[in-house]
Amino acid sequence: MTYYKLPVSGLDALFARVAEQQTLYIPTDKDGHAVFAAYEAGMTLSKKLNTDRSAKDFFFPQTENLYDIKMKGKQLTVEDTREECADFTVFGVKGCDARSFAILDKVFLADPVDTYYKNRREHGTIVSLACNRPEETCFCRAFGIDAGDPEGDATAWRIGDEMYFAARTEKGEAFLAFVKDLLTETDGTMVESLKKAVAYIMDQLPLGNTSFEGMKQTDLMTHFQNEKWAGLSESCLGCGTCTFVCPTCQCYDIREFDTGKGVKKFRCWDSCMYSDFTLMAHGNSRNSQLERFRQRFMHKLVYFPNNNGGEFGCVGCGRCLAKCPIQTNIVKVEKALEVRSDD
Amino acid sequence: MQDRMIARAKELLADGTVNRVMGWQKGEFTYDITPAVFHTAEELDRDFVCNDFAAANVSKYLVKESRKEGRILAFLKPCDSYSFAQLMKEHRVLRENVYIIGIPSWGKTDFEKIKARGLSGIKNIKDNGADYFVETVYGDEVTVPKYEVMLDRCKDCKSKKIVVYDELLEEPNGDVIENHRFDEVARLEAMTPDERFAFWRNELSRCIRCNACRNVCPACTCEKCVFDNRDSGVENKAAADSFEENMFHIIRAFHVAGRCTDCGECSRVCPQHIPLHLLNRKFIKDMNELYGDYQAGADPDTRPPMTDFRFDDCEPSVVYERGGAK
Repeated sequence: MTYYKLPVSGLDALFARVAEQQTLYIPTDKDGHAVFAAYEAGMTLSKKLNTDRSAKDFFFPQTENLYDIKMKGKQLTVEDTREECADFTVFGVKGCDARSFAILDKVFLADPVDTYYKNRREHGTIVSLACNRPEETCFCRAFGIDAGDPEGDATAWRIGDEMYFAARTEKGEAFLAFVKDLLTETDGTMVESLKKAVAYIMDQLPLGNTSFEGMKQTDLMTHFQNEKWAGLSESCLGCGTCTFVCPTCQCYDIREFDTGKGVKKFRCWDSCMYSDFTLMAHGNSRNSQLERFRQRFMHKLVYFPNNNGGEFGCVGCGRCLAKCPIQTNIVKVEKALEVRSDD
Repeated sequence: MQDRMIARAKELLADGTVNRVMGWQKGEFTYDITPAVFHTAEELDRDFVCNDFAAANVSKYLVKESRKEGRILAFLKPCDSYSFAQLMKEHRVLRENVYIIGIPSWGKTDFEKIKARGLSGIKNIKDNGADYFVETVYGDEVTVPKYEVMLDRCKDCKSKKIVVYDELLEEPNGDVIENHRFDEVARLEAMTPDERFAFWRNELSRCIRCNACRNVCPACTCEKCVFDNRDSGVENKAAADSFEENMFHIIRAFHVAGRCTDCGECSRVCPQHIPLHLLNRKFIKDMNELYGDYQAGADPDTRPPMTDFRFDDCEPSVVYERGGAK
């Protein structure tokens, strides 16, 4: 791997250069919270560990128009509202969110390919940013993610007053080539020491060495029928907070909006915690919050790995730990369900 | 306080007064506490916790719990007791199936305010009474005064009085207290309509429509919410246009007007930090001004102004006199 560096004070110039050519999104602080926003001159990179919302919006937005049906007299016409999206770059995606794209790919790029998602995925370049100060809510390591060495088309590391860069894909090479005159070539010594420092911190964090592998020692039906679901789901409010802040939750609904002169067919995020999730003509297949709650965690911890070579549908970003109104979350669920060797 | 609560809960379980206990359960850290129902003395000893992070209002759970077999013990903070009294007024809880122990609340802690001090990687939070001693994996060892990291709603606390109970954990009962909870509303009222519109559009634009505010709200106990009914024509899991999530919150505020006790759960749980309680407080302030002081949940009997017609009610035109037509 070839490494490059740039003084942190040179970041503005780098951002400005990229933003001249395409839309560049960076995490920045708005009203005291980190959000991804289109870069404008003067905008500064957030110092917060991660954004409140995940980065999945870039490829799987909360709502999107699929097509329109226009009505003129008795004539109906279907209009494809899709637009070939322009190239864009997202800078500052953390290791957890960077991995989430690989998980979403397994859903949306599997046959039949979701062309809306694919379109955006092809046009987006991800420049990830290593974590310097992981939180007590972080458990990305459980999924083989290295917070100090995140995936992406290219990766950036902030070490003291220097930013280090390296490319991992063709898109990443292109990104670095475009700003190459701003960068100086260097070796990976500093990056290696940051990786070690982050690994040391993960060892100290309370959830740093959480493992979900214990989930795999029990079969699907045993998990499904576990009597602990009743207690775990008892105080769940049935809101969609965990789902909507989650970088890997991928369920959606397709609805029509009556415009008066036709119909807008749109897709929006859905939550298995909602009472009308997968509502069908006969009614709902999951009528209690216990069943809905179980669905969310079974999907991430059992169904998804069963269908995807053992990979869990979670990246350990910790947003559900920080955001759940009643502080129930996937770590608590896993600890309650897993079979431990001392059991 | 926690030890006395556990001891009393065990007594009431043992003598058969109740068959289970509504309380709060320990989490992974000091601050991630979950409302839970406990059935045995062993469960209470192992998992029951009531510290300054146990902020969740448990009254809404009692709508369902009071319909289960046997009597349940509930520990209610002053603000929870207002919610409970309001639910009694609306015949949503079965009072006889709940044994209430009123517990005092000095003010609960907002752990996000602790983190906002740059404290991340928290290893331990030690409760020293008036302050916390926070240790992080990054070597920080910081003393944080509790009042500085109190939830905003607790800083604006309206009452330390427990309005409905079977017994009190501590005598005497608290009092309704002076507060400044309408100051922020007055600040918004002083804005021009355009400024106010811009303020709310900015705040509400962050909404992700997760419904946490609605689902946690003790005043929102409809069996089926209009926003969950696809035949209503307004049901949407996502906004069809940028104004829709604004309307959701405004309609909800109208629906709970006169019933909202100002417990502040809506703003506490909002993952996007929208100050939703200000919408409700505006209605409370207006009702106080138009119909005389009224506190929802202060007792289980008084008729709320919105459902109580009187010949001396103010005329709608008073709204114009107050500047509403500008």
